[in-house]
Order: sequence, then structure tokens, then C-alpha cells
Amino acid sequence: MNRVLPLSVGAVAILASATLMLVIVPGIQIHQQQASEELEPYTEQELAGREQYISLGCVYCHTQQPRSPEQTLADAAQGWGRASVAADYVYDKPHQLGTMRTGPDLLNVGARLPSIEWHLTHLYQPRAIFDWSIMPAYPFLFELKEEAVADDVVVKLPSEYRPEGKVVVATQEALDLSAYLISLKRTYPVEGALSGMRDQGYSSTEAK
Amino acid sequence: MINIGLLLALSFLASLCALGFLIWAIANRQFTLSQGDATSIFEPGEVGVPDDSTAFPGQKEATAHRFDAIRAKIDEPGRKVVTLMVMVAALSLLVGSAFGLIASLKLHLPDLLVESAAMTFGRVRTMHLNLVAFGWLSVAGIAVALWVLPRIFHTPLRRPGLAYFGACVWTIGTVLGVIAIGSGWTEGLEWLEIPWQISLLLAFGGGCMAFSLLNTALRRESHHIYVTGWYLLAGLCWFPILFFIAKIPGLHSGVQQATMNWWFAHNVLGLWLTPLGVGAAYYLIPKIIGKPVYSYSLSLLGFWGLALFYSQVGIHHLIGGPVPTWVVTLSVVHSVMMFIPVIAVAINQHGTVLRNMWAFKQSIALRFVSIGALMYTLASFQGSIEALRSVNSVTHFTHYTVGHAHLGAYGFTTMVMFGAFYYMLPLLTKREWPWPRLLSLHFWLVVGGFAVYFFAVSIGGWLQGLGLLEVGRPFGDITRMLMPYLEARSLGGALMTLGHFVFVIHIVALLLGKGMVTDTEQKAAVHDTAVAAQQAAIVERV
Repeated sequence: MNRVLPLSVGAVAILASATLMLVIVPGIQIHQQQASEELEPYTEQELAGREQYISLGCVYCHTQQPRSPEQTLADAAQGWGRASVAADYVYDKPHQLGTMRTGPDLLNVGARLPSIEWHLTHLYQPRAIFDWSIMPAYPFLFELKEEAVADDVVVKLPSEYRPEGKVVVATQEALDLSAYLISLKRTYPVEGALSGMRDQGYSSTEAK
Repeated sequence: MINIGLLLALSFLASLCALGFLIWAIANRQFTLSQGDATSIFEPGEVGVPDDSTAFPGQKEATAHRFDAIRAKIDEPGRKVVTLMVMVAALSLLVGSAFGLIASLKLHLPDLLVESAAMTFGRVRTMHLNLVAFGWLSVAGIAVALWVLPRIFHTPLRRPGLAYFGACVWTIGTVLGVIAIGSGWTEGLEWLEIPWQISLLLAFGGGCMAFSLLNTALRRESHHIYVTGWYLLAGLCWFPILFFIAKIPGLHSGVQQATMNWWFAHNVLGLWLTPLGVGAAYYLIPKIIGKPVYSYSLSLLGFWGLALFYSQVGIHHLIGGPVPTWVVTLSVVHSVMMFIPVIAVAINQHGTVLRNMWAFKQSIALRFVSIGALMYTLASFQGSIEALRSVNSVTHFTHYTVGHAHLGAYGFTTMVMFGAFYYMLPLLTKREWPWPRLLSLHFWLVVGGFAVYFFAVSIGGWLQGLGLLEVGRPFGDITRMLMPYLEARSLGGALMTLGHFVFVIHIVALLLGKGMVTDTEQKAAVHDTAVAAQQAAIVERV
């Protein structure tokens, strides 16, 4: 180890092989997957809501990847949906798979909680719905008004969380974010090898 | 059409080239070393003499007469850039830990500071991560590299002006990146949040400093490259490649982006922060004790093993996720293989410390560094076990992983950097630490605080993981159960932040010239005058 060149060449070559194995080959394999016809691209409003989701850092407490029944039955029992596959994420850019479940998994929150009113209340003050919740409140996504005017979406709140003499009105950002959350539904069935890719490491009877 | 056959042929070709290169390198003795090379960090007469200005008062007399004036000139050109990086690192640590503490408080006081979007949990936590990763750990590591590499190469830093410019650009990049995250402008990927437009600054600044160090390496006056040099130089090669590939805009999407994300995020720990920490420890432990490492050839195994195995562990973050099975398994296997290089490093570093416990008791700098090195061993063992599918089922998606991340980034790298600063700064400023008691106050605050933090998130996280696997357990029940652990975590975090205050105040005082001028410096000055007088006398006689 007396020369800079062999050291750097060796180091870079090893990283190149790791990149081939972890990024390039899986990338090629994943891009061959075909999305289900029932998976629709996000609408413009949902994409705007997704931007809110990303910018507020929701991913740091919520995953979007339910686990398989071979690994645990708990995810399905929570109502988080079937195990997700690579083809479920073709429209996700950037991906928001997440690594932390301080809060529940959200890949199917639109199927589980389809009411926009519920989401608006919950975003304004999560503890108005669950007294145990440690999710941050997002009051800056709402406006306090003396009186609602036409087209205003008024947030329904229990009396202890209602500001005195004011109404809470959702901003466009809150409406977009709720629209994105409601759009999260991967309830269609997964069929065939070209759309079923996921980690099968927990299944005792491997597909192949 | 790209198929598996073509890929196999390609990887076969790549392996053949690599094998050819390996044979060439061995035939040309590129990779040989001997135990004698381990002493290349010592000047003649230094072996057997411990070296740390905060400890070993009896040794000061001994070191005074052999003070090496050449060495002072080696530090000289790099002094400005190292001082700047030390200040940036210290301030980032302080602000970064404040954000970390706020994020931790918000987990049990969810209505704290909710009025502005910039202070919402998702952003504060992310500002914390980016400040400590790119403002503290990276900057501290580069500062140590800029100071240590010229010393092991026996030559002053080349292009110090360029390095200084690079340091300024890097700092501006980090600050802008954190402001961007606070204002909601983010790439939305863990560890890669800083928008690519701002990342260009980090890449450019880092490139300038790497260029300066590479220049120094090529003009070195020592024949052998000491093990610290392998780690630091390799890290400087790896990080730009990782950062560049990960940041290419528009290239990645969907689950493919997730594999790229974790390839990057684990390599930024394994191939960037780890080499900085391990490299620094490999220099400081033998240097402070005054004896070479236990087995120098073992360090070769540790280094190449780290490169080979650590580079492919990233997908263990996606175990049980929507990615190909084989790539998950590949990463699990490599995670377990990490035992090999970690044990190699452990034997070398702990072996050296254990046989010289007197030095551990006396030198706070060594105490920080060797506890950091010990945490590297523990964090790596923990990581290998956590990557097993059965264990991962419990720990994935929980605070346990947060504890593991902090054991690596704090217990290991941060502790080593504390020790490195305590050793390096008196030599850099030629002054002693003004208030030696603050050193042990800092030590006990961060060690105590970190112990509380680590056990709180590890135990709480494990219980959380078991709860998440329990069929029919209400989610709210798990959240309620976690409360006391989250509160304990804030307590630990507060103690650590307090410790960082002590650390930063001490550094500021030292840089403002509060400490006494070191004995060696005075003696060297006297010695230099005496030598000059003698020489003048000789000249006169001639």
C-alpha cells in the first residue's frame, strides 16, 4: 500500500461493482414490471398534495409498504392492505416508501379513510380524533375566518378544539394534501410474474 | 435487449479485469506492507513516548527537547482551512443538536411549535440530520483529514488556498441546503434531501478539498501510505461518486429509486463517515499511546473487507419490501460478512488500547477515540444482526433503528471526532486547553446522555416492533406504550446538547487565545534561538 493509484482504482472498482449489483441490475429488473391497468396516474391536484406530503416530511413517520402475510398478519389486520409490489409505485417520483412507523402505513389510507372531512379535521388537530395521537397539528394549512364565504370548506371540529368566534377554513394546500391521501388505494389484485415483484424472503414456499 | 445472460457475461468480464489488476498489483508489490510500516507515523525517538498535551504532564519535559520544527511548518499552510472547518463543525453540531432536541420533544409534545411549517416535525428532524451529517460529521472528518494527511505524508498541505475556498463553498452549500429543507424545498429522499441545485455546491467544495489532499498525497515524502491514508483517500474517492450518481436529476423513480436511495444512504455511512472515523482512530490511538498498532497486516484485511462488504449492505433497509428478493438477500449476506473487517479493526484498535490502559485513564482524547472505536465494533455487530430477516421483522420501522443509527453516527464517529479535536487543536493553535476540567465534564455529559438516549430508543423501539407484529393490537396502544421512552430520549438528548455547549465554548475560548502557550512551543522557541545563536557563532568563527 505504497501508491495512490492502485488504492484508488481498487476502491473505485469495488464501488462500481456494488453499484452494478444494488442499483443497475435491480433497476433494469424493476423497470420491466408492468403496472396494473387499474392503477391510475395521479391527477394534478393529487400531485400538488403529494408535494405537500413530501415538503412537510410525512415520510419520516409513515411508511407506504404493507408487509406480506408470510412475514406478519398484523399489517393486514390493521387494515393497511395487501403486500405491495414494485409495480404499485410506477407513478411515484420521488418514492415515499418510508422506514418508520411512528404513525400507521398509508399506502391504502384512501381505501380505509375515504372521507375528506375526516382528513381535514385530522390534519388541523389530530387529537380532536385520537386522544393518543402524537402527530403534529398543521394549523398553518388552515385559515381562521370570522365567517365562511361561498366555496369555503369549513373544518368540522369538536367544541374544545373550535377557536372562539371563528371558523376554520381549509386552504388549497390542505385540500390538495387530503386529495392525495384519499388517492392512496392499491386495492386491485396483483397477478402474474410481471407485476408481482417483491421480497419473497419470508415465504416458505418460494414461487419458483 | 438486456437480459440476465448479457449481465452475467459483463460481470464475468469485469471480474476478469479485476483479477488481472489484482495479479498486477500483487506482482508489483503494490499491496505489501510490514509491521515496520506501522511505525511510519512516528518521528525518530517518538516510539514509546505518549503524546497528548492534555495528559501526561511528566512527558512534557521529555518531548520539549525533541520538538520537531519541521513539523510545525507541516501544519502551517493548512492552519487556516483546518481552523475554519473546526469552527463550522462545532457550530453545526450545536445548531444540529438543538434541532434534534426539538424534534425529540415534539414526539411527546406534539402541539409544541406547530404554528409555522418550518418547525414541523418532518422538517426539524431533517434539518437535524443534514446539519449533523454534512455540517458536523463530514466537516469534522475533512478537518481532521486536512490536518492528519500532511503529517503522515511528511509534507505540508498543497493548494491550501483552493482547500480554503472549497471549505467556504461546502459551508455555504450546507447552510443553504438546511434553509431549503426548512422552507419545504426538498428532494424528498432520506439522506438526499438537499436539492440537487444546492448539492452542486457541496460537490464542488468537496472536490476542491479532495484535489488539495490528492495533490499532497502525490507529492508526499514518506514512502509508505499509513493505514489512515487508505481510509481517508478511499473515502474521498467514494463520496463524490456516490453523491453524483444519487443526485442526477430525473434519472431515478419508483422502487428503483428506493434501491438507489438505500445504496446511497448506507454507503454514505459505510464508505464516507466510517472511513473518516476509522481512519482518524487508526492514527490517534497509536499516536497518543506512543506505540504502533497491534498487527499492521490485519489492517489490510479490515480495509479491503470494509470496501467489499460495506458497499453492498444498503438494501437491508428494504427487507420485506417491494424489491427483488435476490438483492435483499445479497445485502443481508454482506451485512453479516461485515463481521470480518470489523473484527480485524477491533483486534488492532482495542488490542492496542487494552495493553496500554494507563494511557486510557490519563488521556481524555484517547478515551473519546477508543470509546468511539469500541462503539464502531458494537454498532457494526448490532447492524449485522439487525439485518437478519427474523430480527429485522421486529426492528424495521421502529425507533430501534434510530438507536442503531445514533450508535454509529454518535457513539462511534462523533466520539472519535471529539477526541481528534481535543488532540489536534492544541497542536494546531500551539496553546493548551484553557480549562481541563471542562474536558471531563463534556465527556461525562455526552456519555451519560447518550446512554440514556440509546437505551430509551432501543428498548422502546424493540417493544414497538413487537407491538407492530401483534395481530389485533390497536395502534394507539403502541403509541401510548412508547411515551415514557420518548420522554427519556429527550432527557438524554438534552444532556448531550449541554455537553456540546461545553465543547463549543471551550473551542471558542481556545481559538480566542485563552489557553496558555504550550511548553513545547516556548522551549522550541528558546531552542531555536539557541540554535540560531550557535549557528551565528559558527558563522562568525568561520
